[in-house]
Amino acid sequence: MTALLEVEDLKVAYGKIEAVKGISFSVEAGQVVTLIGTNGAGKTTTLRTLSGLLKPLSGNITFDGKPLAGVPAHKIVAMGLAHSPEGRHIFPRLTITDNLRLGAYLRDDKDGIEKDIQRAYDLFPILGERRKQAAGTLSGGEQQMLAMGRALMSRPKLLMLDEPSMGLSPIMMQKIMETIVELKSQGTTILLVEQNAQAALSLADHGHVMEIGKVVLSGTGQDLLHDESVRKAYLGED
Amino acid sequence: MNELPQQLANGLILGAMYGLIAIGYTMVYGIVQLINFAHGEIFMIGGFGALTVHLMLPDGFSLAAAIPLMIIGGMICSVAVGTAAERFAYRPLRGAPRLAPLITAIGLSILLQQAVWKWYPDAKKDRSFPQFDGEPLSVLGANIQIGSLFVLVAAPICMLALGLFVNKTRSGRGMQATAQDPDTAKLMGINTDRIIVMAFAIGAAFAAIAAVGYGLHNGQVGFKMGFILGLKAFTAAVLGGIGNIYGAMLGGLVLGIAESLATGYIGDIPGMELFGGGAWKDVWAFSLLILVLLLRPQGLLGERVADRA
Repeated sequence: MTALLEVEDLKVAYGKIEAVKGISFSVEAGQVVTLIGTNGAGKTTTLRTLSGLLKPLSGNITFDGKPLAGVPAHKIVAMGLAHSPEGRHIFPRLTITDNLRLGAYLRDDKDGIEKDIQRAYDLFPILGERRKQAAGTLSGGEQQMLAMGRALMSRPKLLMLDEPSMGLSPIMMQKIMETIVELKSQGTTILLVEQNAQAALSLADHGHVMEIGKVVLSGTGQDLLHDESVRKAYLGED
Repeated sequence: MNELPQQLANGLILGAMYGLIAIGYTMVYGIVQLINFAHGEIFMIGGFGALTVHLMLPDGFSLAAAIPLMIIGGMICSVAVGTAAERFAYRPLRGAPRLAPLITAIGLSILLQQAVWKWYPDAKKDRSFPQFDGEPLSVLGANIQIGSLFVLVAAPICMLALGLFVNKTRSGRGMQATAQDPDTAKLMGINTDRIIVMAFAIGAAFAAIAAVGYGLHNGQVGFKMGFILGLKAFTAAVLGGIGNIYGAMLGGLVLGIAESLATGYIGDIPGMELFGGGAWKDVWAFSLLILVLLLRPQGLLGERVADRA
């Protein structure tokens, strides 16, 4: 069986500086795969390349059997890849409902869209309560919920979440992680980028540790969680 | 003649024209942060497009019936030039330092003026624009020419239509999303290139409507008509808060009325006799721009630019 997403020897550069120096990994349908690593490891660059915001220098990306490299970002969404970006990037002056509608920009099934908006409100009741408010008035955690809900609105085959726990309170972080577990149990395929290695590894099927543009270690979430070098480098143990 | 109702009516007519043109500056700026200094010429070309349609109609064709055709003709010319400018002059410079597209815009502005001057028949001096017959209407003590009513009717209709488009349609939401965060808009599946073309096209279409209004009000169109009027409309866009479509119309009306009142009354103030009369009107308008930039740089309806959360 071929994987939903296959990345082979991907290299990405900003000008002359290579941020991703030849990484390979794959995501099978139904899995949660996580990329962990410190700042500057190339995790966000990898996601931005997968969603078409950056052009790869070389390497192959195959999604759902089709090549992704060189396809413009707005067409990649149509292929079934949704990206909830780092820093949330909700549209601050639009209402919560309009933000969710934008997530369904390419869909034409009005009834289905309304149903999915309702589903987002069921998943995150606070969004439903504030649906007419400008999204910029939400707290950081609420904005994260909106960004995730918005990404789900395209009914993606693969959901990419970039640092969903960044800058959140511990309670809010737990809520977001619980939501990821819930999405996983519903069968959503997720590629998760996180600095919070503990949280990410404990819910992931597979994990890849990135350091300065390379994958230095791969394994199941549980293996990595108990790997000594990972524990030292990312989980704060001596 | 220098009575208040008349001055207000003149200001309103002028302001509605400024506002319609200002929409084009503000929409383009809101989405690509480019000041399209050729927009005044896109307005001017709309005027010549409308005039051309009128010249092609048979004698005796009523002006009222001709106006819709003239609007369409003007729009086709303006939109064609506006979108071509985006595609061939500005798009290749996206991502270049901000000065490059700005200089390109100024160059394009001169190019378009000179092209009309050189190639449009008899355009080396102003060409007369068709006029409605009949006495001016008397409204609340002001005399308004029938032709001047056009822009007063067209401006609110245009604003209403634009407001509905931006807030109620998918493309309109896509436009707002692109203005607020272009990269994230792409992640929603929005073809931002197409949205940018749309912004140029809408701005150009509104400029063409303003140009028909200008022709009917002034009785003539000329290759230079977009230069000062374009700068004034840009002033209006800044005054209202650049990037804000309602601000553009508000800024236009405020500027038009302020200019009209200043021209009418400043000369009556003791000691200010020297500054009376129409020759000073541009001075008042641009003084207002300087005041706004000093006192409220974000404009009347503009928001202070806050860091993204």
